[in-house]
Amino acid sequence: MKIKKRFCHSYCLSGHPTLPCNVLKFKSTTIMLDCGLDMTSTLNFLPLPLVQSSRLSNLPDLSTVDVILISNYHCMMALPYITEHTGFSGTVYATEPTVQIGRLLMEELVNFIERVPKAQSASLWKNKDIQRLLPSPLKDAVEVSTWRRCYTMQEVNSALSKIQLVGYSQKIELFGAVQVTPLSSGYALGSSNWIIQSHYEKVSYVSGSSLLTTHPQPMDQASLKNSDVLVLTGLTQIPTANPDGMVGEFCSNLALTVRNGGNVLVPCYPSGVIYDLLECLYQYIDSAGLSSVPLYFISPVANSSLEFSQIFAEWLCHNKQSKVYLPEPPFPHAELIQTNKLKHYPSIHGDFSNDFRQPCVVFTGHPSLRFGDVVHFMELWGKSSLNTVIFTEPDFSYLEALAPYQPLAMKCIYCPIDTRLNFIQVSKLLKEVQPLHVVCPEQYTQPPPAQSHRTDLVIDCQPPATSYRRAEVLTLPFKRRYERIEIMPELADSLVPMEIKPGISLATVSAVLHTKDNKHVLQPPPRPAQPTSGKKRKRVSDDVPDCKVLKPLLSGSIPVEQFVQTLEKHGFSDIKVEDTAKGHIVLLQEAETLIQIEEDSTHIICDNDEMLRVRLRDLVLKFLQKF
Amino acid sequence: MDHECARLLPAVCAVLADPRQPVADDTCLEKLLDWFKTVTEAESSLLLLQENPCLLELLSHVPTLQDVSAGVLSFSLRLAGIFAAQEDCFQYLQVELLPGLFGAAGPLSRAVWAVPTVRSGWIQGLRSLAQHPSALHFLADHGAVDTVFSLQGDASLFVASAAGQLLVHILALSMGGRAEGHTCPQGDDWPTCAQKIVGHIEESLCSTDTSRVTQALNVLTTTFGRCQSPWTEVLWEQLSPLVARLLERDPVPAPHPLVDLLLCVARSPVLGSSDLGPWEMTAQALSRLGPTQAGPLALGVLKLHLCPQALRTQAFGVLLQPLACVLKATTQAPGLPGLLDGTSEDSVVADALLSSKSSCVGLLCRTLAHLEELQPLPQHPSPWPQVPLLRAVVTILRLCDGSAVPASSVGGCLCGTLAGCVRVQRAALDFLGTLSQGMGPQEQVTQVFAILLEYLERPDSSPMVLKKAFQATLRWLLSSARTPGCSGLGPHAVLFLPELFPVLQKRLCSPCWEVRDSALEFLTQLSRHWGGQADFRHVLLESEVPELTQQLLQDPESYVRASAVTAMGELSSRGLHATPTSPEQPEVQQSLLPEFLHILSADSEGFPRRAVMQVFTEWLRGGHADVARDTERFMATVLQVVSRDLDWEVRAQGLELALVFLGQTLGQPGPHCPYTVTLPKAAPPSPLTEVLGALCRVRLFEFAFRALFDCDRPVAQKSCDLLLFLRDKTAPYGSPWEAGGSPDSASVEAALQRWQAGEQGQPLGDLEPEAMLATLRSIDLEGLRGTLAQGSDHVEKSPQSLLRDMLATVGILQENQADCY
Repeated sequence: MKIKKRFCHSYCLSGHPTLPCNVLKFKSTTIMLDCGLDMTSTLNFLPLPLVQSSRLSNLPDLSTVDVILISNYHCMMALPYITEHTGFSGTVYATEPTVQIGRLLMEELVNFIERVPKAQSASLWKNKDIQRLLPSPLKDAVEVSTWRRCYTMQEVNSALSKIQLVGYSQKIELFGAVQVTPLSSGYALGSSNWIIQSHYEKVSYVSGSSLLTTHPQPMDQASLKNSDVLVLTGLTQIPTANPDGMVGEFCSNLALTVRNGGNVLVPCYPSGVIYDLLECLYQYIDSAGLSSVPLYFISPVANSSLEFSQIFAEWLCHNKQSKVYLPEPPFPHAELIQTNKLKHYPSIHGDFSNDFRQPCVVFTGHPSLRFGDVVHFMELWGKSSLNTVIFTEPDFSYLEALAPYQPLAMKCIYCPIDTRLNFIQVSKLLKEVQPLHVVCPEQYTQPPPAQSHRTDLVIDCQPPATSYRRAEVLTLPFKRRYERIEIMPELADSLVPMEIKPGISLATVSAVLHTKDNKHVLQPPPRPAQPTSGKKRKRVSDDVPDCKVLKPLLSGSIPVEQFVQTLEKHGFSDIKVEDTAKGHIVLLQEAETLIQIEEDSTHIICDNDEMLRVRLRDLVLKFLQKF
Repeated sequence: MDHECARLLPAVCAVLADPRQPVADDTCLEKLLDWFKTVTEAESSLLLLQENPCLLELLSHVPTLQDVSAGVLSFSLRLAGIFAAQEDCFQYLQVELLPGLFGAAGPLSRAVWAVPTVRSGWIQGLRSLAQHPSALHFLADHGAVDTVFSLQGDASLFVASAAGQLLVHILALSMGGRAEGHTCPQGDDWPTCAQKIVGHIEESLCSTDTSRVTQALNVLTTTFGRCQSPWTEVLWEQLSPLVARLLERDPVPAPHPLVDLLLCVARSPVLGSSDLGPWEMTAQALSRLGPTQAGPLALGVLKLHLCPQALRTQAFGVLLQPLACVLKATTQAPGLPGLLDGTSEDSVVADALLSSKSSCVGLLCRTLAHLEELQPLPQHPSPWPQVPLLRAVVTILRLCDGSAVPASSVGGCLCGTLAGCVRVQRAALDFLGTLSQGMGPQEQVTQVFAILLEYLERPDSSPMVLKKAFQATLRWLLSSARTPGCSGLGPHAVLFLPELFPVLQKRLCSPCWEVRDSALEFLTQLSRHWGGQADFRHVLLESEVPELTQQLLQDPESYVRASAVTAMGELSSRGLHATPTSPEQPEVQQSLLPEFLHILSADSEGFPRRAVMQVFTEWLRGGHADVARDTERFMATVLQVVSRDLDWEVRAQGLELALVFLGQTLGQPGPHCPYTVTLPKAAPPSPLTEVLGALCRVRLFEFAFRALFDCDRPVAQKSCDLLLFLRDKTAPYGSPWEAGGSPDSASVEAALQRWQAGEQGQPLGDLEPEAMLATLRSIDLEGLRGTLAQGSDHVEKSPQSLLRDMLATVGILQENQADCY
């Protein structure tokens, strides 16, 4: 039933397309899609002591956000800032692996920051007059005064307690207005795309998806079909690099370094690509004759990460799932640990310093090289050209990351592994899914600035994608036209349809529209109230709105010539007809009365002569059908 | 036909004529036809039919059967055609039998005609039959030619193609008598049958139905390709205006068959050199056809030996057009030499490049392949635009890796289309390799090496692209070494190698086995060509490549192990293999021999073992130090290991090694021996007794005798050749020991008989040379060689065996039927 026209709005709160944060206002619901924490600004600082929050203070009032949907563990790093500091009182939805691994990432971050004692914190530079004297890019940074300190573990726990766990394809009703469903996105353990739909509209949120066969469950494409709008974010950050080639590059460089007696440092997050790299090395090291080279994984959460990965069987790709029934651990790093080839430590202190043997391969964070154990290894190994640092995480510019360590003798290899969709895959996906409209960050609608001639590195779809940029409010390119209303059976029984054209029947419905929890129901109208007195009557009127005597509905049009003839028959004379833009005016000059006939209304304008008005009204009604 | 076959034939015919006994295997019918063909080539068909009435019975009975199988009917049609190829037999059959098979009353009018095999058999039967003028009358009387016309459009491609071939055959047959005449009659005076076919072709050429045009063009192409008689000139004169008119249609119908026809006419010695030569029409076709179809025509024109220069220029222009378009779209600085300067840009080519990815990729790949094919030919266009072609290929490679900067919107579009396109990269690298034959200015050669290095370095290069890049690099290095006044490595190579080796190192560590394999093959080639060059040796030994290569002997992938063996063998021959540097003897290389012997005896895959044997053979030939130190011990060990190998190629390679050894001890094999070996100027052969003693010590006799009865024929043949060589070499030395007589030789012969019977277990034990020599002389090696040359299936291939097999199959079927009761 067509009842209203309303628009859908999307607010973009992040300028980083792979760390999205959007707010969708859809029907009566306000939904935040992801809350990524853009940490690239840490690269402006010296390693170790400084970290700041993302810039979230100028957002719309976040206390009005009803729910937050999380796509993957990389896109929830700003969650504590929102749940703990904005008055947010809604629910966060995420899958179990997302929450568990997200917790690990946050825990690692907090640990990295907190374990380094800060004698004092500098804040004077944030003064605008001083800031403008600083070198670029610091002097160009916006609203530094709003930058925040890293959250605490307490805040993390509190934030995570607000998350409600969901499973793939589970349908979650939000206030009866919309239904949201997570779908596998194929990118990471538990990573999801989201469908947000009402009875008549469907918005798909695709963020951080992958079509490659790595460890997670494959991407569910079929469920994205028939979308009115598809919001597309989180594509690969390195569209020109093929992950397979990069893994090959990683292995070759690692082997060459280790053979020469050098050490390999891999700055990485404690979860994600590291699982694939370990799996790849598991197959590779024996064939390359490197079985005796120790692999070290150093992170406050290394142990949990390696163990968690083995227990989320239902979230893994088919191959790995089937291993569980053998039973074997789904990831081969279990065997690497068992055979002592892979060892993990919470930090460089303690057991690690006893076991440490060179040459070796060390996986440790943080990929920005600004905090975490990686800083120690950069300083330890940076002076020897035998050693190599291999960058595999695509989030940070490796040259900027290395800047404070220069001059550096160690070799640097950049082989970013980003398994998220590239533009060719996007184009295939869109052909398959065929959404009516695509909405994406503006970065995806033009070639990368460094490769302006690569016109193939944009989203190519018809109609062209609608783009948004940070702090922009976008009216989504579809109008909501319909709302579903249920009719109670007894009311439906009472309807008497009248065929007005072959195949089209009409019936007037007189009912009470009852709306609760965004569900609309037509109920039979109350019987005319008995004129009783006292309290009882009052109570009835509380429940049911005032009900006037029902008037019939009218339809049809008034043929002016016949109407004039009828007027004449009924004794009116001196009748004049004027044509207007919308219809006619019949002028009864003698009676000083106007009858305004338009397509959808007829007005009788006469001065205080109710008798005349009723007469004229009855004449008009003769020409109309009543329901 | 021999008696035994004649005895079996009636039973076989009865089986074939009995629909209740289906022939399970169609191939035996084909074999039967082949046999009849050979029989009729030697004997009179008429006599054959008269002596074996069962055949005639079969041929007359089969077409009347209601539920005959399509296979047997087709067989009968073809068999009748084979018999009727001889005119007297044709006369004998034509009254009753042939009309029932090929006439309107035959299979043509029956439901079984719907089976393609039957239609195909009908055509093939007629094709065999149409060998004499009487056959032409038969065809005319029974309206067969009209049926062939309609079969040209048959749904089965085999039938349609055979129908076209048959038409050509009939046309040539009917014109056959006139080929010898001095003057060739005009078309009006041609035999009726020929006129009918030509009329049909004319009609088809004027048709608006493209498939009919295609059929006509195909018939003409086959005719001109097959017949060079003067009448073909008349035919071309008559039909060429119709062909020319096809070129005026828009779009040109059937462009591919048209190109084939034009090229066929141009190649024909009768037509190509005549005044009516197809040049004008070809020129028109070049300008009328789209770039995709014009390319093959242009290539064909340029490959012709005789052709007007203007047409060659035009054709080359067509071929270069797509590359010119690429250059134009990417040239930033004006003034650089382009391809096709001065000619207007062909918008059709640009459209083809831009219309879709597949069209762009297809056109570029074909163009590059055509130019690659053309470049090495002696008749390639001269001057060859080497400089702009190099620029174009380098540009294409840059477009593919996304590093080219487009100069126009066309360039931008090309950039998007070609980025990461593996097919174009492969084609471009192949052509780049071919262009190494022509070199170019210094600066450009530097660019070529730069792009090759880029491709070798790129992590994204697919294994196939990498392989091509390695191949192209090798060709450019070789051509760089050919620079005049250059000895050894060329000037570019000297600069390039230090950059190349780190890349090679990385590739040898690749997790992808194809990449490791290509890198090893490349290394082998490099060392083979420059292993003696000081510059190369220096760079190689400075790098970790030798160590990495040795490491790859343990690779999990057998192909890689095999390539590593070859590479290490080559490096070791050149004194370049890695050594764990011992402070005492820095110069001494550690021997690879034990490691290779281990691979030979323990590797589970054949490829590495074969590679080891090849390396050993090369080492023995080249007098490698590890082998020369104690050749007898080396030979004894290797032959012992090889004789147990399960891979026949390894055993055959063992015989090759033995032959080289014999050559070195006895002198080079004579000219009768197919295996020539190059020997170092060896010391004069030792006295025979010593040599034979050595052969016994390395157990060469035992190895060769065993191989003589090897279950794999190539091994046995090779061994036979080796023993013949050995016998011939020892003959001039007289025979101090008479054949037979010695108890040893008797035991050897007994052992050989056991081996021949398949018992391989028993070794010969330590035996004296005289016993061996006696045995050698007692074996009928010539006879054995003859038997081996016949092939292992010569018994099974005989017609008797075929006929028996057919009967046996039915017999088995009958037995099964009996079991059912």
